[in-house]
Amino acid sequence: MASEETNHIQVAPPDKAKIRKIWMTALFLGVVTAIEFLFAFVMEASVLRTSIFVGLTLVKAFYIVSEFMHLKYEVKVLIWSIMIPTLFIVWLLLALLIEGESIFMVRF
Amino acid sequence: MAVTETVITTPKRSIWGGGFAPLKASYGKLMMWFFLLSDAFTFSALLITYGLIRYSYPAYEGSPVDFVFAPDKWWPIPEKVFEAVPFLHGISAPLVFVGIMTFILIMSSVTMVLAVEAGHRMDRLAVEKWMLWTILGGIAFLSCQAWEWSHFIHGTLEGPMVAEGTEFFGANLKQNQYGPPPFADLFFFITGFHGTHVLSGVILNIVIFFNVVVGLYDRRGHYEMVEKVGLYWHFVDLVWVFVFTFFYLI
Repeated sequence: MASEETNHIQVAPPDKAKIRKIWMTALFLGVVTAIEFLFAFVMEASVLRTSIFVGLTLVKAFYIVSEFMHLKYEVKVLIWSIMIPTLFIVWLLLALLIEGESIFMVRF
Repeated sequence: MAVTETVITTPKRSIWGGGFAPLKASYGKLMMWFFLLSDAFTFSALLITYGLIRYSYPAYEGSPVDFVFAPDKWWPIPEKVFEAVPFLHGISAPLVFVGIMTFILIMSSVTMVLAVEAGHRMDRLAVEKWMLWTILGGIAFLSCQAWEWSHFIHGTLEGPMVAEGTEFFGANLKQNQYGPPPFADLFFFITGFHGTHVLSGVILNIVIFFNVVVGLYDRRGHYEMVEKVGLYWHFVDLVWVFVFTFFYLI
């Protein structure tokens, strides 16, 4: 019964360009991760290395959210209503890291 | 005729006035987005707490080569904690295993996008194939995490640590051989919370896979459920990208 109903479904052919783009994005994510590994071993821990890690992570996050989660192709209002609230995260990050440093000063 | 005229002369309404989808996305998809936003807050709170607590302990200063675990002195360097790989006992391979886990999760994210793409084309067989790969990737990741937890809890063989006057290997919530007690607590909490998300993602994927196989979405006329569960799955991957950086690299 179900097969009779589904028999007349029109299956579109695969969109080669779209699939290629998906794989290219995946390759890019892999390469960025490999670069992160490289930095983890060739560089001593420093503020610069930490900033490089954070920067590359944000690049990866951008590609996952915009390409894989398709946010780049949504309506502008939707993009902004997702992106603007993440400012709270930036605020929390700054506030708590400063807090952590002052706990350190009190403790040691 | 009279009816048509009244329709034409209705004053122009804004797109927010109703009867129109201003965000050009279904209710379910929007709710998934806002749920993910709230989940992003939860995860960032956990990761930022890691930053706060790590900052409040002394950092190890010196060459990584000379690093030893000293719970009462400094916070451990992650690459010295996570350096074991299954079947390679006693060999130091820093961050290799977590690299494999990252690769598995990114690949399963790719197969998920391919399932969504196949769904747009109403290609049921392709959706089934890619969703199955995604589920397999999720299970592989969870298995890796189970191994990593087990290794973290049982500890390493060399370098017995003296904590509170006793020799102690591995980790629990009260003490651990790697660093200050919160280090293990945060490890369990952050990777555990992420693992719970992966587990529920796998379960959701299995439910949707079942629905695809029985032809529910063919009868419904669209594969939007695959898209929604895909959003969740990519989010799990996204969180792992951050956990990977802030817990394992820095």
